[in-house]
Amino acid sequence: MSMCGYPSEIKKLIKYVEETREERLKKPYRRLSLEEREKLLKEWHPDYKPGTKRPLRVGVCKGTVVYNEVADLLEAWPLIDPDQIDLSKVDYDVDVLVIGSGGAGLAAALWAIYSGVSPDAVLLVTKLRLGDSNTVKAQGGIQAADRPEDSPILHFIDTVGGGLFANKRDLVEALVTDMPFIMKWLEDLGAMFDKNPDGSYVEVSGGGACRRRLHCARDYTGLEILRVLREEFLNHDVPYLEFTPAIELLTDPEDGGVSGAVLYNLETGEYYVASAKAVIIATGGAGRLHIAGFPTSNHYGATMDGVVMGYRVGANIVHLDTFQFHPTGVAFPEAIRGELITEKCRSLGAQLVNVHGEQFIHQLETRDVVSSAIIKECAEGRGIITPTGAMGVWLDMPMIDMLRGPGTIKKALPAMYRQFIRHGIDITQEPVLTYPTLHYQNGGIEIDVFSRVLRPNGEPIPRLLAAGEVGGGVHGRNRLMGNSLAGILVFGRRAGITAAKTVKETSTRPKLSLKHLEKYIEELKSIGVPRERRSPILLPDYRGEKVLLRSLRIF
Amino acid sequence: MSVALVTVSRREILQPKMVKIYVMGREYLVPEGLTIHKALEYAGFRLIRGVGCRGGFCGACATLYRKPGEYKLRIALACQNVVEDGMYLVVLPYTPIPRVKYKLESLKPDVGLVLKLYPEIARCVACNTCTKACPQGLQVMDAIQAIKRGDLAKAADLTFDCIACGICSMRCPAEIRHANIFHLVRRIYGKYMSPKPRHLEDRIKEIEQGKYREELEKLKQASVDELKKLYASRVIEPEE
Repeated sequence: MSMCGYPSEIKKLIKYVEETREERLKKPYRRLSLEEREKLLKEWHPDYKPGTKRPLRVGVCKGTVVYNEVADLLEAWPLIDPDQIDLSKVDYDVDVLVIGSGGAGLAAALWAIYSGVSPDAVLLVTKLRLGDSNTVKAQGGIQAADRPEDSPILHFIDTVGGGLFANKRDLVEALVTDMPFIMKWLEDLGAMFDKNPDGSYVEVSGGGACRRRLHCARDYTGLEILRVLREEFLNHDVPYLEFTPAIELLTDPEDGGVSGAVLYNLETGEYYVASAKAVIIATGGAGRLHIAGFPTSNHYGATMDGVVMGYRVGANIVHLDTFQFHPTGVAFPEAIRGELITEKCRSLGAQLVNVHGEQFIHQLETRDVVSSAIIKECAEGRGIITPTGAMGVWLDMPMIDMLRGPGTIKKALPAMYRQFIRHGIDITQEPVLTYPTLHYQNGGIEIDVFSRVLRPNGEPIPRLLAAGEVGGGVHGRNRLMGNSLAGILVFGRRAGITAAKTVKETSTRPKLSLKHLEKYIEELKSIGVPRERRSPILLPDYRGEKVLLRSLRIF
Repeated sequence: MSVALVTVSRREILQPKMVKIYVMGREYLVPEGLTIHKALEYAGFRLIRGVGCRGGFCGACATLYRKPGEYKLRIALACQNVVEDGMYLVVLPYTPIPRVKYKLESLKPDVGLVLKLYPEIARCVACNTCTKACPQGLQVMDAIQAIKRGDLAKAADLTFDCIACGICSMRCPAEIRHANIFHLVRRIYGKYMSPKPRHLEDRIKEIEQGKYREELEKLKQASVDELKKLYASRVIEPEE
């Protein structure tokens, strides 16, 4: 195992961080006013950078501005030619089809079952293994306003303020009022959260939250939630298919509603037809699109498949002109650049400092603001340049043990300790180099409080539901820490409940067609989209250039 | 204060040192410093199996390797560990560890149950191979021994950072299905043994009784300026 640590040129700079530490430990850095935050965002946040976005030219949201990488996916040919798919032979005839097996998909499947759907009338399909998702990578925690000093009202105000007041407020209401109940559910399922001896949760502050509201399971919070849900799902014997993503939805031409999906076996290349009375999209986010050229903290399959499929059947798109760049991605070592350094480090007191050892932002401002401050610091020459030419600022990790006692890092941040010690950096002794990383899709296909997917006119698309990162509206233009794990469970549960209701109301099986693609394909033709641009992309292609140039497709 | 910034020559960026690795026996030349995943991709592999979160959390990329002249079988996570010159490696596409179904809400939370569902625990010979194989550095054998003693709390704590990569189960001479046993033990601990949360039930009751309904309704109707005022006037609770 390589244990190289910092090169000597960088190691030398650590003394400037150490020199100011004593002083920084004593005096908290001031918070910015709303006006100061706005100014910082407009000047430095990637969302405001010109040339990175364009208006959509096809589909129901023509004219809506989205990031170029998103537009490239939506202005792309389907993977299948409608004529090539035989819809007369149905391979899976079910009541509820769940697409995706992260926290939202598993919660949706379980709540459909709790609400009366028979487990063997559910089919869950997933692109990689069961549970491979961004959920397992969520480290810091989950927000729920349960302490007497806190309230759903404060959680609401924090969330809407953090979202730059663009959130759909009824979704936020659902989020903050469901969360205490969701915590109870997780308790009942045997999830292990960090607790004090009297049973009260250990709760810390998240960026932009006015109360300590973050419940954690060391820094494996998402993993703990996911594996508990997965165990419960498996105990119910629900049919599921791994390495089998959905690549297109099916629609009933009579009402334009959704009636199933075309599935694809990634390993054999075979397609399957699934018919369902309710379809739940829980496909997660889009980090692997490397929006605006950023590295990402996301899992390998985060390629926005659900938005692509949903948009083609007429879903409205919200806030896809904004993405979350998490302030503290790994800047060094290069091997793990872009991976996450959880916000919990800052919750526990680690401060951000520049090459001179100066603090330049309060570490618990909202993520968009902290990221902007780091980008500014580096652009103005106060960052540290790594041997591969990447930039970063210091996150002063050793402060955590100084503030909260020796051993805190190893106990509360074991994943972070491991992530760096594997590369010879001991975070109990040394600061780490960090730079923003593409982290979260703030928006997506618009949903309502029942997790129904909406058309631009506000009408729900019959029998189509969505939950988790793929759904848009709840987080506005910037998500708060701990609200993503909350969101997947709150809206996953609601999607499952709505699906069960939809199944009861749908007496005859809806017809299967790919009719919705006809108009879409006409539009693609009319704007001259190149034939080789196809979506969903399913997985990123990181193969070396040298190999791709000489690649023959023979076998 | 004068600070010498790190300067890097262009040559160093453009021409990394190359190392030789053997992917399932076949030799490839890849740049030094890449993770095993990135090296495989550089070499031209498109990954489907043996890859997941790429951040050390999901356990999809258990990797076995040996180095020339060594008998020692080493382990790594392909997303976390970097390539070394001369590595003979395989990323495991799958680790077969069948699980046993159980009903958490109706089981009797004691060690007898764990032994009944996974009787192979009794076969543990305390060889410690599991602990030596764990890419997370967990005390895997101690956890199995704790379960045998009936100390489920200890086992839950020791195995909390398990990412279920399955390497221990592939190496275990007693053929123990570790990750699934640990999932079960932690859920038993979480549901039946950990202290019950305070406050949670009270808050749920308040919400059900509609305590916040009116105020939330007002907030939903408020103008953005009103919300901005409320947001700016929040008092931020100090850290503990």
